[in-house]
Amino acid sequence: MSTRYDRVMERAAHDRGGWPTDARIERTEHDLADWEMLMDAIENALEARGVMNTDQMRRGIESMPLDEYERASYYERWLFSTETNLIEQGILAPGEIDQRLAP
Amino acid sequence: MSLAPGTTVRVSTRPHEGHHRTPGYLKGRQGRVERVHGRYRDPETRAYGGDGLPERELYLVSFDLPSGDRVLADVFEHWLEAAE
Repeated sequence: MSTRYDRVMERAAHDRGGWPTDARIERTEHDLADWEMLMDAIENALEARGVMNTDQMRRGIESMPLDEYERASYYERWLFSTETNLIEQGILAPGEIDQRLAP
Repeated sequence: MSLAPGTTVRVSTRPHEGHHRTPGYLKGRQGRVERVHGRYRDPETRAYGGDGLPERELYLVSFDLPSGDRVLADVFEHWLEAAE
């Protein structure tokens, strides 16, 4: 068993149904960027190999700090959760992706 | 235990730390069982790498909200309580 939420939440950021708002709902479709399709492929490959499942994916997304959750796009949340899950399992070291990307 | 379609139920308001699939806006609300989906592995333990066993009964439940909207949602049996 790995980490639970990093805080106790009355309603987590993802649990939005019923929140009062006058904000316009963004319904515009957009073409997926290459990295977004790659993110989808990585996630599906990890599920097919039994490394992580949909519920672990969702739990990782729900554990995002509120401000990061609000700023992140759909697939950025997938990236956050996948990285979190792989670090929990010791497959990635903390900060490993950032280190590899550093110039 | 299995709840028959037509049964009136209330969604539990118990505090729960960690992943679960019960929407906050339905907690405490009264609804009606519309359909029995069957038994599924429990996402509350699968979310932490567990096997999700024992399987839990999942229902389609309808809710008449104060806004006049009627909402249909999938709710696991362990989140449903008997309603008066």
